[in-house]
Amino acid sequence: MTVAVEVRDLTRRFGTFTAVDAVSFTVERGSIFGFLGPNGAGKTTTIKMLSGLLRPTAGRALVAGLDVAAEPSRVRERIGYMSQRFSLYADLAVEENIRLFAGLYGVAGPRFAARRDWVLTMAGLTGREAEYAGDLPLGFKQRLALGCAVLHEPPLLFLDEPTSGVDPVARRAFWDLIDGLAQAGTTVLVSTHYLEEAEFCHRLILMNRGRLIAEGDPPGVRRLMREPIWAFLPDDAPRAVEALRREPAVLEAAMFGRAVHAVLKPEADAERAVPAALGAAGIGFRDLARIEPSLEDVFVALVRREGGAVVD
Amino acid sequence: MTDRSRRWGRVGALLRKEWRQLFRDPKTKRIIFVSPIIQLLLFGYAVNTDVHRVATWVVDHEGSATSRALQDALTAGGYFRIVGRSDRPADLARALDRGDAVIGIEIPPAFGGDLAAGRSPAVQVLVDGTNSNTGTVAQGYVTRIVQRFGTERAAGPNRPAAGVDLVARAWYNPGLTSLVYNVPAVLGALVFMMSLLLIGLAVVRERELGTLEQLLVSPLTPGELMLGKTLPVAAVALIDLVLVATVAILWFEVPFRGSPVALVLATLLFALAALGMGLLISTVSRTQQEAFMAMFLLILPALILSGFMYPIHTMPEAFQALTLVNPVRWYIEIVRALFLKGATVAELWRPYLALTLMGIGVFAVATWRFRRAVG
Repeated sequence: MTVAVEVRDLTRRFGTFTAVDAVSFTVERGSIFGFLGPNGAGKTTTIKMLSGLLRPTAGRALVAGLDVAAEPSRVRERIGYMSQRFSLYADLAVEENIRLFAGLYGVAGPRFAARRDWVLTMAGLTGREAEYAGDLPLGFKQRLALGCAVLHEPPLLFLDEPTSGVDPVARRAFWDLIDGLAQAGTTVLVSTHYLEEAEFCHRLILMNRGRLIAEGDPPGVRRLMREPIWAFLPDDAPRAVEALRREPAVLEAAMFGRAVHAVLKPEADAERAVPAALGAAGIGFRDLARIEPSLEDVFVALVRREGGAVVD
Repeated sequence: MTDRSRRWGRVGALLRKEWRQLFRDPKTKRIIFVSPIIQLLLFGYAVNTDVHRVATWVVDHEGSATSRALQDALTAGGYFRIVGRSDRPADLARALDRGDAVIGIEIPPAFGGDLAAGRSPAVQVLVDGTNSNTGTVAQGYVTRIVQRFGTERAAGPNRPAAGVDLVARAWYNPGLTSLVYNVPAVLGALVFMMSLLLIGLAVVRERELGTLEQLLVSPLTPGELMLGKTLPVAAVALIDLVLVATVAILWFEVPFRGSPVALVLATLLFALAALGMGLLISTVSRTQQEAFMAMFLLILPALILSGFMYPIHTMPEAFQALTLVNPVRWYIEIVRALFLKGATVAELWRPYLALTLMGIGVFAVATWRFRRAVG
């Protein structure tokens, strides 16, 4: 595989607080690489170090073959960056925003005209070049910001929580754009706290409290969870959760709508333990079945296994 | 593309963006174009320490041709205007108490007779000291007018035969009008506040909005970013200089006797120091509020210790020493000398040197801090 990003023991401390703790990973060129974890897990800090916005306290990061700490400006020419704040200038027109980015990245002449048209088409803003960016609906702003970030056709694209605050339909459309960029050869590093978005990633890492707790492709990460999850429909969900939490074979029980999901110890026999606990409490149920864990389940299980608490 | 042309392409793109934003926002436009004129008009008209048509109350106990001639002598120069008369001293005291009059004059019963007989009659002058500036100056004028009147009218042994006659003449500002003195200083205050405010906002607002981060991940170097941010503000400072100077010269008829080139040079050096201070503030402020607070704490002492409104030579020595490191002081000194004296750069080498050193010094520190803060 061709390596686009290589990170070794990357660490960043703010005073006594360690935001990123000796994180190592490798990103293949042309892939979508996801950083997952709750707020405060260290995703943004990691992306900022990779894009040269923050100096690492220790460790090394090679981006497009260049050491970020040693050659930040050469790295900057090769990356596109878009943060959760869609950093466009609200008081500049759509076209003026595009021109600014073109000037900053040296996109000029016929290439500029082609790239501008590409951005306008991609963002659905053809004919609206004179409108102020601040007056656009959020979804358009987001696509324009993405267009500006990749105007200079960087081999690498960093997206820091690019979908936060955007409605599900626009989010889906946005991921389609990301997928298109990756198929055209762009390596995309994206952070998100929407765990379901991990399905769009080719490879992902889970972070918690500055540490990398899991790495792999989505099915692989899901398999990391050894504890089985069972679901059923009880008559009385709150009381069912209460009853299961008293049962020693059950590690965790939670409501999902009218259903209840229970995580059991790997060696436990769910088909005996669950009916027994519910029967003792006098609660009726149906449709007891083992289910595939979601990434959220995996995340919670992995944090529990480490004996730590989830930062929120 | 060569490295150099790339670099100028980046700076050019940033300059165009900054320039558009400066002149797009109506609020910023008002700050740039309207506020300097308002401040100039305020200082031109409202802040007036001149003695002109001061309200005067007269108690004339004699009512003779001589005592009336003294009153005429008082009002003839336009400095005083009689707002009331009576023959009871109590009325005079009341007029001063109520603020109807600033000056009270009591002419004794035998004023004309005593003068004619060669004796020295005593004229009482009461001054409202609550406005010490006008009061002191008015008191001086009254005293001189009354003395001259006495000298001219006196007969006999009191008349000085061939004494020394002191004739004082104020150079550069013959009328000693505060307008001529104040207006050039307004320039200094304006250029200072404008540079500080606009550069502070230009950086801190972007930090607040998150757009600064977007600029920092671009190939723009910290030096290029500083250039793109400071040049438009320096240009605005020059625009305001021309605006205020034009109004001062054409409307207030303040003389400009020096060279415009010398004025622009001083303004650029001064703006360098002010922009450096603004950048320093922007490196330590995370929000616009913090930046405003820091600017406020800087602007007030800088203006007070500049000789803008209070003369430096009357300050305690420690404060006089402080004014030496205040660029506003040196700029105002230059501007006043250029406007009123028509001085040359060679004659003003000390303030020019001081401004150059401070401009380069502050800007160098700001550059270093800025690189560290954003690099």
